[in-house]
Amino acid sequence: MYNFAYHKPASLADAVKILSADPEARPLAGGQTLIPVLKQRLNKPSQLVDLAALGLAGIKVSPTALTIGAMTPHAAVARSAEVRKAIPGLADLASWIGDEQVRHRGTIGGSLANNDPSACYPAAVLALGATIKTDRREIAADDFFQGMFTTALEPGEIITEVAFPLPVEKSAYEKFRQPASRYAMVGVFVAKGPKGVRVAVTGAGQNGVFRVPEMEDALAKSWSPDSIAAIKVSPDGLVSDIHGSAAYRSHLITVMAKRAVAKAG
Amino acid sequence: MPQVSLKVNGKKVTVEVEPRTLLVELLREKLGLTGTHIGCDTSQCGACTVHLNGDSVKSCTMLAVQAEGAEVLTIEGLARPDGTLHPMQEMFREHHALQCGYCTPGMVMSAIDLVNKHPEGLTEEQIREGLEGNLCRCTGYHNIVKAIAAAWEIMHGKKAARAA
Repeated sequence: MYNFAYHKPASLADAVKILSADPEARPLAGGQTLIPVLKQRLNKPSQLVDLAALGLAGIKVSPTALTIGAMTPHAAVARSAEVRKAIPGLADLASWIGDEQVRHRGTIGGSLANNDPSACYPAAVLALGATIKTDRREIAADDFFQGMFTTALEPGEIITEVAFPLPVEKSAYEKFRQPASRYAMVGVFVAKGPKGVRVAVTGAGQNGVFRVPEMEDALAKSWSPDSIAAIKVSPDGLVSDIHGSAAYRSHLITVMAKRAVAKAG
Repeated sequence: MPQVSLKVNGKKVTVEVEPRTLLVELLREKLGLTGTHIGCDTSQCGACTVHLNGDSVKSCTMLAVQAEGAEVLTIEGLARPDGTLHPMQEMFREHHALQCGYCTPGMVMSAIDLVNKHPEGLTEEQIREGLEGNLCRCTGYHNIVKAIAAAWEIMHGKKAARAA
């Protein structure tokens, strides 16, 4: 690993100040992606700004929103009785990201800011129509994800929390894992809530997470696996690699979507 | 160089580290606790698993400076001072849950966290899922799963530990 300067600011303003003044500085959340990347010397930040002391972890529920602090680890979301009650599909999704050790460190904010095309959280955030809150503004999920590893975040902008609108009537996530890495080759989150019926797919798109309007329309009319059984997402624009062709991923999207709908009940 | 202060196996330590020093490097190289292994460079194998404030984490995937103020438990902190093994270690021995032993410290640390977090019971499937982050290249996991199920019985008081 190349060396860097390390900071652990005690206020959000200080963190933003360091990151804004130095384009080579990077924020450090749970580090479950960033540290492996640094170990491989694939990135050479001048400074790391540890977000652990900013008080950004925690889960709050109101009648209209479930709000998860950006530094909340996956394991805390998975085990939260409040999340399980309000949006069971979200707790379930968090319970099988990576592995147990990763879930103890990895955070929702880090996952969203990184926007890995195979990450699980973007599917839930998009399908549930969540709002990403930062140090300076609120960004709708529909505007946040802008392609592989690309988001609407400005340089130095820090996610503080993610608000999921309530009440959510149905929610579920299913994924087909790449057998070795266990990342989602295809993951589908289905939801019925204040933003309507929404279906979001991760792992498959060349531009990262995306919605499937045809499935959303069909499920809005009739919420059942059968109603989407004949709907195929075109392989054009889907990922094709040694683990699976675009056509295979296209097939998996329908299969995972049907399973998710069945799981949501 | 920055200083980091933490508790390792109940003992307070303060060590000078580089910002890029990994927690596993602090444990192995600065403190001589070589029971925590490094089995890969890609954060996948779990041989370096330790407990950080009671949660299993990969000590190769966090910086030593991130452990400031934390309580770390390593494989060396499990047995009693008189040498009596932790029930999980004892059950790994009893069920022959290791062959070359390289992954064992990480397996044991993950397994203890898993058992601690599931007082209500653990199915075989849950044990196998719980070991997702630990790779073993020789025993094929079968006896590891058996050992963990047996240790659950002892750790949750369903069965007495064998007298040492």
